Amino acid sequence: MSNYFFEVLRPGINTTFQDKGRFHMQHLGVTPGGCMDLDSFSIANALVGNPLNEGVLEFAYQGPLLKLIKGRAKIAITGSVIFQIIKSNKEVISGKDNRTYDLDEGDQIDILATQQSAYGYMALEGGFDIKPFCKSVSTLSRAEIGPNEGQKIKINNKINIRVNSKNKKNFSAKVPKKNKTKIRVLKGSQFDYFSKESQKDFLSKEYKISNLTDRMGMRLEGTVMKNIVNTNIRSEGITKGAIQVPADGQPIILLTDYPTIGGYPKIANVTSVDYNFLIQKTPGEKIFFELIQLREAEQLYKEHLNSISEIVKNIKEIN
Amino acid sequence: MFKKLNNIGDCGIVCDFGEEVNRETNSNVIKLFHHVREEVLKGSLNGILNYTPSYNKLIINFDLEKINSSQIIDFLKSVDFSKLNLSQNSKKWTIPVCYDFEMDLENMSKTLKMNKDEIINIHLNTNFFVYMVGFIPGHPFMGDLNSKLFLNRLKTPRVTIPAGSVGIVEKFCNIYPYKSPGGWNIIGRTPAKLFDKKNETSPCLLSPGDSVKFKSISKEEFEKLANE
Repeated sequence: MSNYFFEVLRPGINTTFQDKGRFHMQHLGVTPGGCMDLDSFSIANALVGNPLNEGVLEFAYQGPLLKLIKGRAKIAITGSVIFQIIKSNKEVISGKDNRTYDLDEGDQIDILATQQSAYGYMALEGGFDIKPFCKSVSTLSRAEIGPNEGQKIKINNKINIRVNSKNKKNFSAKVPKKNKTKIRVLKGSQFDYFSKESQKDFLSKEYKISNLTDRMGMRLEGTVMKNIVNTNIRSEGITKGAIQVPADGQPIILLTDYPTIGGYPKIANVTSVDYNFLIQKTPGEKIFFELIQLREAEQLYKEHLNSISEIVKNIKEIN
Repeated sequence: MFKKLNNIGDCGIVCDFGEEVNRETNSNVIKLFHHVREEVLKGSLNGILNYTPSYNKLIINFDLEKINSSQIIDFLKSVDFSKLNLSQNSKKWTIPVCYDFEMDLENMSKTLKMNKDEIINIHLNTNFFVYMVGFIPGHPFMGDLNSKLFLNRLKTPRVTIPAGSVGIVEKFCNIYPYKSPGGWNIIGRTPAKLFDKKNETSPCLLSPGDSVKFKSISKEEFEKLANE
């Protein structure tokens, strides 16, 4: 272990270590978890030259304030984030996302807020010095699994880093900002449990994202869905992005930390192409659902992955 | 053999074995689960991320970057069910339980018109089968209890139930691996760790398809085992 580290001066609201997720364990009740926005995650790692599945810090809304106590570090912040770097001589540099910065000993990185979005990421050149559990460094705080005893980052925590950065070059990526309200879905396993009118409402009326939204799920408020068959089903395995409707008729979208099995009927599933976009929506925002077919969803996702590869390929050195 | 194959979203497949929930249906689900898991661990099915058996379904989640629904459906259709085996992958467990930690036996005794010992004896003499594990890490759903013990969930779920609590609802028995809210009828508590993150190679005690028998222990034995 190196002796280079950050100290946490302010933890932020929900700051955790995450990677792509922990797989092959859902049959034991362990949800995959991982970064909510896998696109911003990959871009962050690419900027600092890491393997794309290296662990990063994920934060939501207000991020952490970290002080580099020992060492030199190169970081990248992705998402849509307001942050600043406070140099040890008190100079304040206002930060831009999707580019790298060098931190010297004594510098602070102050991640103030995500801007019109929920999640942001900080990647570190060479990676954080954290211990994986079952091949992943994703934190699942409700089961206390992952680095940092499976907990969110707390004040005065020491965050160890692997390498003392020698690289003087900095890089930036061009990431287009998307803003749309339409979320494309596929029919859920129990789509037919809902009345024809409810099916029509679901695919035409607006739904508001409620405050009851976290890494596990997003509760929506809108036209009540009328179940004409049964409001409970036999518990079955869950898939990320499943939209379930409990007896009160208000849909809940199951997100990255979903419970591994569940017994509510599912009206639809969010497509992979729109998932990373959906989770960046904040409470109060409104969304619409559009039904598409499987082949189209697969094609759109392929195109989406290509666009992320293009962003990564076009990372340029800053002169 | 499954009755239907469908996609759930663009990165999931559900193998539906029919509506009936019994050991035979679930054993078939679990046979397929073991087979898929082995193929994935062998490296012959690249891109599959998870395989989650439940009472009557197996859900397969995959990475759409590496594989798609139709490739997985082709694989599933080629499976020869006559060659799948359940027993070689399933373990038998004896789990200690201290009934002194019950929370609901009094009420159950009234509802079922049975004395507490009779309830405990039925529980102790049942050979349980682990239908599935999930919701949270290590949480088993086991059956089948004698229909004499048929009970619904509590009308008002408890805000917290201690870790290790053993509960029953309908024909099922569960164990809460973590301190959590819950609505099952609590008849005792086990000192066994259902999910042990210190044991990284095999953190989860019970797997789908395992068999379980309970063994009654005293409070003193409970404390001793809990502190081990």
